Amino acid sequence: MHAIISHPLFAPVLITLALIAAVPLVAGYLSLVERKVLADFQVRLGPMRVGPHGFLQPIADAVKLLIKEDIIPSDSDKAIFWFAPCVSTCAALTAFSVLPFARNIAVADVNVGLLVVSSMSSVGILGIILGGWSSNSHYSLLGALRSAAQLVSYEVALAFALLSGVMAAGTLSMQGIVKAQLEHGVWGVFANYGFMIVPFAVYIIAATAETNRAPFDMPEAESELVAGFHTEYSGFRFALYFLAEYANVFVVAAVAVTLFLGGWLRPFPGVSWLAVPLNYGFPAVLLGGSGLLTLTLVRKLKDPLQQKVLVFLAVTLAILGAVFLVPAVNGAVAGLFWFLFKVSCLIYVQIWFRGTFPRFRYDQLMNIGWKIAIPVGMAAVLINALLGMISRA
Amino acid sequence: MLIDTVLFYIFAAMVLSGAIFTITRRSAVHSAISLICSLLGVAGLFLLQRAEFLFAVQIVLYVGGIMVLFLFVIMLVNLDLAAKARQFNRAWAVGIAAVAVVGAEMAWFLYRGRAAFHIAENGGAGLGSAAAGNTEMIADSLFSEYLLPFEIASVLLLVAVVGSVVMAKKRI
Repeated sequence: MHAIISHPLFAPVLITLALIAAVPLVAGYLSLVERKVLADFQVRLGPMRVGPHGFLQPIADAVKLLIKEDIIPSDSDKAIFWFAPCVSTCAALTAFSVLPFARNIAVADVNVGLLVVSSMSSVGILGIILGGWSSNSHYSLLGALRSAAQLVSYEVALAFALLSGVMAAGTLSMQGIVKAQLEHGVWGVFANYGFMIVPFAVYIIAATAETNRAPFDMPEAESELVAGFHTEYSGFRFALYFLAEYANVFVVAAVAVTLFLGGWLRPFPGVSWLAVPLNYGFPAVLLGGSGLLTLTLVRKLKDPLQQKVLVFLAVTLAILGAVFLVPAVNGAVAGLFWFLFKVSCLIYVQIWFRGTFPRFRYDQLMNIGWKIAIPVGMAAVLINALLGMISRA
Repeated sequence: MLIDTVLFYIFAAMVLSGAIFTITRRSAVHSAISLICSLLGVAGLFLLQRAEFLFAVQIVLYVGGIMVLFLFVIMLVNLDLAAKARQFNRAWAVGIAAVAVVGAEMAWFLYRGRAAFHIAENGGAGLGSAAAGNTEMIADSLFSEYLLPFEIASVLLLVAVVGSVVMAKKRI
């Protein structure tokens, strides 16, 4: 037993298995969060039927997708149609392997971690293009073409934004970037006299375009292209595309957090007296408080089974909050908590974008990419290089 | 070491089978996918040699950039005619000459063994010690020892970019 635990591959394999198990669940619940938050923006209730306040909706959706008939269009390129969603999903999952979830929680700390993430996102595009082409449908092909053009354009702006972040950190390793921010004492976004906010903004815009999300969701614009590149997909294969999309949303948020928002560091990593209120108090109040607030909803429900599910949820949240008060556990999970908390905030911002901005026209999209995002990204690299030299001189 | 050997043969098989399918498939998209498979195999071989930077750049540039553009163009162009045309052209003499030259080169290197390769100074020594600084080492050698070829390549790329803009624009 000890030989297994002390094996160098034990932790990576364990984390990989945990990730593969967790990502579909997280993706499903991200879709529920998205629907609920959008519903809130639009003064609706969102899904309410399955479970209390729609809490079990993702599970119902997943079961529905898995038992649905799997339709393959008769004139499609069957082999490519079959494996294109797998390309997207595998690439999205591979990108998770270099994300630094906490000081000790990462599958691998490669010295080119950031490049691995961007290379995997570019491989993921192939899944979209091939899926759209192999469906042998005009809507799918148009969606795939739009997607390819959009991703190639915004990848340049994304690379410039990442370059600024890498220059501030001085390394490409994801853990190294977080540790550099710990050494500098400030998050990446506040480095270089606060000028890093510009590449951060460029990154958020380009990353939203890279993940094909509103207001840049031209490849699957439902009012023009039915569903874009996955029009012909149904059942499990559609679920794979869906999984890849939400996994990518998580990955781009995680990269932004790592590069610009301090990764697993707590806010004000240099101020030591804030360690107890921020590492113990904040998670306990957040999770325990949301557990308590959930309890107040129980009485409004009529169905006793739904009441039980909601009580179970509230108790789980409260226990999670209480766990953060145990010093031995806190040391291990505080970093993970901050990482996931920041990622959730950024994902919320992305949903916010979707609820706020109308979809761009295609020429507007290209104008933003080539005439605004790329020049601003280039200028940010030059200015950040100068500021970095001044601040270190 | 065993796992390295197994991985080497897997990647080598990817490279070779991908290359063969690239020239034998009738459908242009299938050819492109085979080429992607071959390029991914090369990336894997780079990774086996501990050249992580080259691995990532190979995927970003070739798979993510060039092949995406290839597929983009293939989808825009109607290739039904090309798929029905004769696959192999008749320039047998040129083909046989090229194969003979490449075969002779490979036979020569196999015959001479390791002595035929000129290994750069510090090339072997640096790899083991600086596993963490792979990217920095490439930058150092590019911007000091190989600065002139690097700049020539960048000028070449600039010429290509300017040329493509000139050709694409009707009125400048």
